[in-house]
Amino acid sequence: MNTAVPTQVSGCPACAASPAAEALAEQSKSGDARILLSLPTIHCSGCISAVERGLLAHPGVKSARVNLTLKRASIEAAPDVEAGDLIKALDGVGYTAHELDRGLLSATENDKAGRDLLMRLAVAGFAAMNVMLLSVAIWSGAEAATRDLFHWISAAIALPTIAFSAQPFFKNAMRALSVRRLNMDVPISLAILLAAGMSLYETTQSGEHAYFDAALSLTFFLLAGRYLDHRTRAVARSAAEELAALEVPRATRLNGETEEVVAIAELVVGDLVRVKPGGRMPVDGFVTEGASEIDRSLLTGETLPVFAGIGQSVSAGEVNLTGPLTLKVTAAGEDSSLHVMADLVAMAESSKNRYTSLADRAAQIYAPGVHLLAFVAFAGWLWISGGDVRLALNIAVAVLIITCPCALGLAVPAVTTAASGQLFRKGMLIKDGTALERLAEIDTVVFDKTGTLTEGRPELTNLNDHDIKDLEVALALAEGSSHPLAVALVDALNEANVKAATVTDLKEVPGYGIEAQFCGMPVRLGRAAWVDAEASEMTATYLSVGKASPVSFTFVDRLRAGAEQAVAELKAQGKTVHLISGDIPAAVQAMAERLGIENWVAEALPEEKASAIGAVTRAGARVLMVGDGLNDTAALAAAHVSISPATALDAARVASDIVLLGVDLAPLAEATVIAEKSVSRIRENFGIAVVYNLIAVPVALLGFATPLAAALAMSLSSISVSLNALRLR
Amino acid sequence: MEMLVYLIPISLFLGGLGLAAFFWALKSHQYDDPEGDSQRILSPDWEDEPRP
Repeated sequence: MNTAVPTQVSGCPACAASPAAEALAEQSKSGDARILLSLPTIHCSGCISAVERGLLAHPGVKSARVNLTLKRASIEAAPDVEAGDLIKALDGVGYTAHELDRGLLSATENDKAGRDLLMRLAVAGFAAMNVMLLSVAIWSGAEAATRDLFHWISAAIALPTIAFSAQPFFKNAMRALSVRRLNMDVPISLAILLAAGMSLYETTQSGEHAYFDAALSLTFFLLAGRYLDHRTRAVARSAAEELAALEVPRATRLNGETEEVVAIAELVVGDLVRVKPGGRMPVDGFVTEGASEIDRSLLTGETLPVFAGIGQSVSAGEVNLTGPLTLKVTAAGEDSSLHVMADLVAMAESSKNRYTSLADRAAQIYAPGVHLLAFVAFAGWLWISGGDVRLALNIAVAVLIITCPCALGLAVPAVTTAASGQLFRKGMLIKDGTALERLAEIDTVVFDKTGTLTEGRPELTNLNDHDIKDLEVALALAEGSSHPLAVALVDALNEANVKAATVTDLKEVPGYGIEAQFCGMPVRLGRAAWVDAEASEMTATYLSVGKASPVSFTFVDRLRAGAEQAVAELKAQGKTVHLISGDIPAAVQAMAERLGIENWVAEALPEEKASAIGAVTRAGARVLMVGDGLNDTAALAAAHVSISPATALDAARVASDIVLLGVDLAPLAEATVIAEKSVSRIRENFGIAVVYNLIAVPVALLGFATPLAAALAMSLSSISVSLNALRLR
Repeated sequence: MEMLVYLIPISLFLGGLGLAAFFWALKSHQYDDPEGDSQRILSPDWEDEPRP
């Protein structure tokens, strides 16, 4: 992270300071603001220039640079430029943008660890090529003084390179040994160090075989695997942090007469907070002023909005729909219900960490096996040759080099890099390293309803049941409100080419509905009780015209694009599909029948969702949970693997292993196919490594291995493993 | 064989030059946005003059 002090940009003029630190320094000099925007929809050179032009045209913007790889723009502007204005400007040229919290992003913006690995990889590659060149001369028959000279030059290149490039392996091995454990890096470090040491000794003795080239190419291939692994993780981490940073957490606090925008962390119990219509409750509290309706679907899965008047308690995460509300804070930050839910997730998560990946399982067999084999070779040849330590050690080194896990080290990262790249193009983001393997194992899929299978947007169902006159009045009234049901009604009526009636004295009564005068009669559109209608079980709004009995407009939640396809394909793959929702039975049953899901549960509480998944798991199934709400988080964490849409609350996204970036659900079924394919590629790669060891190890044990044979075998196995991984595309 | 005295240092020097060029590219943030850079060559902006 950034520890650089603004006054001192970088101590060494040759090496650039981290970009964030430089920006910090610049900012303190000129007072400029630096704004980061996320641009999820950009994809080509046209987008880059349109966005940069659009930003530069905005007054006050000094420079704008788009990073297409990270789908981000960084802007330097005069201090009075607000991110909101820039977002509006970009909206005008047709791109959606979100503000990113720079504090959260600083870690990924300058990927120091990745650059460090790349540097070591480049040095190892450079040295390996040069030493290999010299080695080819030796293999083709250089003798006596020439061979010794070449060996000495090789040593001069190889030893400093190993000291620099192989450091990550040495450090990891030391860490494992200091807690008396074996990991993959112990045999790797041993092989590199022994090969270099033994070759140096052979060189001083004018010996025939030196393994400098093998030690270097080993370092190079293994570093390549490490780097791929790091890239995959870094991309996932940066995108996950980007999602977390999307919601810049702010609240409007009332100080007497004045309003002030503050960070949520600064709120304390007893503060008064204003929540505008359309805003999300930042804290737990109760209403002290105003009336409105609140949408709790993210917390409970209910689709029907709830009335909120003075005294009503609200929880963080609920959405205010119609009127402005003033809240008195009862719990903020760590104590709010959002955080309590997050603790629940943390507990469920720890059980997930017990999953051992394929690579770990291979390492558990591999690491002790290699040491044993090398030791057997050493002891055996010491006994056969009657005490020739030099010969025995040479053969043990050859065994270590030949068995060294080039293929194993590349087997997993090469495949996961290819697979996660493919999933990213389909709009899915893997957050967890083992998620792909776990996804390949699932046989049961559990869906949440509201916000997952549906978009959480209502759709009018009974347009044709009404008089044209009622429709005209309803449209006139609905246009006066931004309530989601009113908006949906306006959309549906506009599509049906209904003309709005002329009404007068239109006014919205927050929390109840809209009323007006039409031809001398009072007309009302809103909650059932307010218009003297009988409330039905469905999501509905009611219209009364004068003394006539009220009519109802019923709505269903709009199905998410691709939901039908995803469910059908998952069922075709032989997976059991469940629907568990917190909504009322009627709505859940209708959805289950529409999608052909036989197993459904309604009115499930958050704990019930998690325990339902626990029950299915105990029965032997591996569950994929797809959900978005706060009420799903415990279930997401309890499932074998979990997916949440990008529109989900951050608690749900944090708890899930894979994030669906697009709106479409259809990639879900493809993802399971890709996961299964990539796991079988990983297994094939292990197979290749095993076959190669079965042939090479006996040769090395019998003492026939030469540096040339070792170099050939190593390169062949590494290349075949990488090519096999590329077949995934 | 005396040529080796010249050839080996020359080959090492040339290789080292390549390595130094790579270091320079890495340190000057040229690997930060590979996808964007591959697209930018298609854009006519700043074609005749360097970016201000």
